[in-house]
Amino acid sequence: MIKKERQTPEINSSSMADIAFLLLIFFLVTTTIANDKGLFLLLPPDPDQLEDMDIKIPEKNLFKIQINSADKLLVENEPLADVMLLKDMIKEFIMNNGRDPLSSDNPQKAIVSLKTDRGTTQLRFIEVLDQVKGAYHDIYAERAGVSNQRWRELSEDRTGDPEARRLYDIGRGLLPDGKPEIPMNISIAEPTQIGG
Amino acid sequence: MGKFKKKAKTKQDIPTSALPDIIFMLLFFFMVTTVLRETTINVLQRIPEANELTKLRKKSLVKHLYIGEPKKAELWGKEPKIQANDNFIDTKDIILWVNREKAKLKENEREQITVDLKVDSDAKRGLVSDVELQLRKANARKLLYTTRQRVDL
Repeated sequence: MIKKERQTPEINSSSMADIAFLLLIFFLVTTTIANDKGLFLLLPPDPDQLEDMDIKIPEKNLFKIQINSADKLLVENEPLADVMLLKDMIKEFIMNNGRDPLSSDNPQKAIVSLKTDRGTTQLRFIEVLDQVKGAYHDIYAERAGVSNQRWRELSEDRTGDPEARRLYDIGRGLLPDGKPEIPMNISIAEPTQIGG
Repeated sequence: MGKFKKKAKTKQDIPTSALPDIIFMLLFFFMVTTVLRETTINVLQRIPEANELTKLRKKSLVKHLYIGEPKKAELWGKEPKIQANDNFIDTKDIILWVNREKAKLKENEREQITVDLKVDSDAKRGLVSDVELQLRKANARKLLYTTRQRVDL
């Protein structure tokens, strides 16, 4: 009598790799890496509803940045070659507080105006907007005692974390009437048609 | 000594038992880092880079507009177009689109709608500012310009 040992049959797992490949290809084809980060902007109200256009803003409280259709920069009526210098110039303008009589009176009145041409490329516009927002973010971050990156994370979620809310208010400054001490006054002007 | 017929029968099989593990690792990576695509983007999108990026909290309150040259230039032309959902729209259709998207949201969330503009690097400011004007008229003032993170090497 030959006792044959029953071998438990093993399931052939050679097709595991095939199944995995199929799933992988499915996911590669139907998904994308999400990109939901960017530069936030608050547009001014409907132009048809703006009645009080008679507010005269003194030249000193306005930091003019102009870009022409060749993507060349004109900052405060002087050409600027290197975009990267713009951030420090803006920071100086906002935090002037009357020191330089030709610059802003205080951060509440300081307005950064960005005027493009219809032919300006989006790339240039984003570069300049990045500098402008960078200036404001740096100021806020310094006042709140955090890094620029941490500031941006704080400003994303202001409803949840009370600590975040506190730092946010310190950074922007909170006046008794609820308005910020340093509001982000960015004005995107109507683009010119000239081309030059 | 006889003639030894030595046939060296050495079959080197590379053990491929680890292959499914590798593939599963790749699979988990993709499952975790990606989202299912909702709309097929029919315009060229070379997104500019920037440093001052902020993220949007509530994804449900974000509606996307894609601006750029159409991918199928022979069908749609070389001029940059605006794509909403799955079709191209004109600047004059934007207010209608905004109201339709607002209607999809709850009453108290409508004013918090943020429009996410994914604009190609070469798209001209003229078209984009026309879009901005229409958004102002439609009272969708919260705007996000999608940008990639600038990596300084």
